[in-house]
Amino acid sequence: MKKSIVLGLLAFASVALAGIAVTRADPASSITLPPPNMMLKDGPNAALAQAKCVICHSADYIYIQPPLTKAQWTAEVTKMQKTYGAPIADADIPPLVDYLMSQNGKQS
Amino acid sequence: MPYLPGMRRREFLIGGTALGSAMLAGAPALAQTVTLPFANGTRPVAAYPQKRPLIVMTTRPVQLETPMSIFNEGAFTPNDAFFVLWHLAGVPTDIDVNAFRISVHGLVSTPLQVSVADLKSSYDAIEVAAVCECSGNSRGFFNPRVPGGQWGNGAMGNALWKGVRLRDILTKAGIATGAVQVRFNGVDQPVLPATPDFMKSLDMDLAMSDNVIIAYSMNGADLPVLNGYPVRLIVPGYFATYWVKMLNDVEVLSEPDQNFWMKTAYRIPADPCGCQQPGSTVKTIPINRLTVRSFITSVTDGARVRAGALTVSGIAFDSGYGIQSVLFSSDGGTHWTPATLGKDYGKYSFRPWQARFTPQAGRQYTLASLAMNTIGEAQRLDNPVWNPGGYLRNTVETVRVSAS
Repeated sequence: MKKSIVLGLLAFASVALAGIAVTRADPASSITLPPPNMMLKDGPNAALAQAKCVICHSADYIYIQPPLTKAQWTAEVTKMQKTYGAPIADADIPPLVDYLMSQNGKQS
Repeated sequence: MPYLPGMRRREFLIGGTALGSAMLAGAPALAQTVTLPFANGTRPVAAYPQKRPLIVMTTRPVQLETPMSIFNEGAFTPNDAFFVLWHLAGVPTDIDVNAFRISVHGLVSTPLQVSVADLKSSYDAIEVAAVCECSGNSRGFFNPRVPGGQWGNGAMGNALWKGVRLRDILTKAGIATGAVQVRFNGVDQPVLPATPDFMKSLDMDLAMSDNVIIAYSMNGADLPVLNGYPVRLIVPGYFATYWVKMLNDVEVLSEPDQNFWMKTAYRIPADPCGCQQPGSTVKTIPINRLTVRSFITSVTDGARVRAGALTVSGIAFDSGYGIQSVLFSSDGGTHWTPATLGKDYGKYSFRPWQARFTPQAGRQYTLASLAMNTIGEAQRLDNPVWNPGGYLRNTVETVRVSAS
């Protein structure tokens, strides 16, 4: 008796699941991504960096890089400004580089 | 892309949000990390939609690396373990496959709007097993290090791709005289209008070649959204930068493409090695064919193995000339013995291989493999390729094990 009740419930569940499946769009075509890491760590000029650096990409883009020199970070920020069109004023570049050096810099 | 009807969208979003929360609540998956063997190499391991837990390099746009152990499961990389790379954060997560169209235009006599259903019903289907390797695969191992995506060796995968020859579609559209390249664009968008949209181009002869296909199936299933659902370009033997995902725009050009992603990015030194000295400036060309590579997949660096006969397995691949041989060494490359090649799934596929040796208790071994293709191109034993883009690494890789 118990077995048939369980089977009945399973059958009901299958119908219910099938019902849900047809009311949704093709499950292959839709996903929901987990939230990205958008918070920069504290440091000099962190507010400016938070305002500029995560417009186009997550914070992890900074921390996965090998430690970079001041010249390399300057080149990266300049690339974001000139090549990728980030709204970074020329005057923002030195404080942004200072921030990046504090997070993941090396001397030479 | 809009979702229709509205009720469905709402229901799905609610379900999706709940699922997302459940994933976050199941914090162990997010709390796991792995550390790739270079500075700043610690990464979370997490399961993204339609994916098993993978190495998370970045979260927006999302970039996921395949752990090396996956490549020991077989010659084909499962869809839910296949690496993920997007350049621009505007990655669609809802695709209406019925509304999806590939616009074929430019220097053609009859512009086309091709649906996925058209691809499946109106054109011959082609299957090809091919390795998809990111141009920057293994960039983290460059010395001196270079900026960019800091991949270990897992920004690659092999799949059986099914789709339609690009040539058949271009022929149907009718290529006008003066065509020199074909440019490919996907649905993904930059966050800022000022950011160059991601587009790639192929020369006409390559675009019209036998194995370049628009694929709607990967290992017998739909492509995962993160791998470019519903269709992506497959360019066997060429780096993945050309394998444009969510492909919805094919434009025949009368001049070589001058867009940023061809003219400035993804360039390699023009000399055959693809090498340059740090700090130097050299003539460059667009990155193109894969290099010859092989990997040991059955044991990981630092592993302990049992003394006595041991079978070591791995994979090898090249740009499509085909793997001729793989050599195996248990002493860091001083002595080499031929490995046994496994099943041949086609010249663009991973080629499995196996080798045997007998470790003795208490000893340490440095295992290495060296592949060569049918035209004599081989992996580099030493003096690794260096260029500022971090491209083309194909040095012999080593795995250290101790026997007990």
